[in-house]
Amino acid sequence: MGKVIVVTSGKGGVGKTTSSAALGAALAHKGDRVVIVDFDVGLRNLDLVMGAERRVVYDLVNVIQGEAKLSQALIRDKRLETLFLLPASQTRDKDALTPSGVETVITELKRVFDWVICDSPAGIERGATLAMRHADIAVVVTNPEVSSVRDSDRIIGLLDAKTVKAEQGERIEKHLLLTRYDSNRAERGDMLKVDDVLEILSIPLIGIIPESMDVLRASNIGAPVTLADARSAPAMAYFDAARRLAGEVLPITIPGEKRGIFGKIFGRKAA
Amino acid sequence: MSIFSLFRKQRSAPMARERLQVLLAHERASSGSDLVSVLREEILAVIAKHVQLDSDKVHVKMDRDENVSILEIDVEIPLDAALQAA
Repeated sequence: MGKVIVVTSGKGGVGKTTSSAALGAALAHKGDRVVIVDFDVGLRNLDLVMGAERRVVYDLVNVIQGEAKLSQALIRDKRLETLFLLPASQTRDKDALTPSGVETVITELKRVFDWVICDSPAGIERGATLAMRHADIAVVVTNPEVSSVRDSDRIIGLLDAKTVKAEQGERIEKHLLLTRYDSNRAERGDMLKVDDVLEILSIPLIGIIPESMDVLRASNIGAPVTLADARSAPAMAYFDAARRLAGEVLPITIPGEKRGIFGKIFGRKAA
Repeated sequence: MSIFSLFRKQRSAPMARERLQVLLAHERASSGSDLVSVLREEILAVIAKHVQLDSDKVHVKMDRDENVSILEIDVEIPLDAALQAA
């Protein structure tokens, strides 16, 4: 039986889709069977970030409404044969998602895949609550910025109240993924530090993704950042985060903080 | 802190941290029901029972601090209503 992960944040634009694609590809890279489900009905983008935008025939809503079989709607990644994508509908509105339909789809996916990654839309409405509904694990994507931290706090509250696990009195596993982190700016005192965010949100850290050009470059070419350039700093941080999700215990490093004397002299201008 | 920092702008991250801590402490405490808005409604209802309220002359102010919240309700009561009540 596979595990269901929701990638969520409340706030938009913090990196949910980027992180869903990167973590999914990292997990599939080590041979696990992975499906990433786009819950952003009306504003789908996972297909584009993963470079499958021209291969979408059916979508999640078609499956829920019985217009297509799950196997027809799943798109296999061209680079990794154990990685699949279930796109959202672009034309319907978010009310097309029904709780029972989502439950059926997730149950079926769990039987076939090791990991079912639900890419949540922004906000706290239907799409977002349905994306988190059946999760075993939540990855809360947060930027070191006040509005993102506040919205993450709100989402953590919802995870503890509105998920099936929470309603059954179990605890949902929650992890913080800090994205767009700039250690230089944090060091200068102009960005919340890792410890600040951790202290405020008080959930365990699963990874720190540095602010990087490589993320935009990857989405430009339509590849998860972990596949576009596996040796780039954000890709390595995502690979580590994926290993932690799978249960490995790895020390967390703050990207960009271990700079030598040259880095200290030249690093600031370059950043 | 070096001498150079005297010439620099004040660090903003500590302020962000402090603002968030205060805000979230309140939001977590009042999750679901907003205590302050409940108080506001009920207090105004009690006053309205006795005097005619002009909604333009009611001022509600809120100040949330680390340990206490202050809810200030400023109601202007017209003179004739005050006389009637006396």
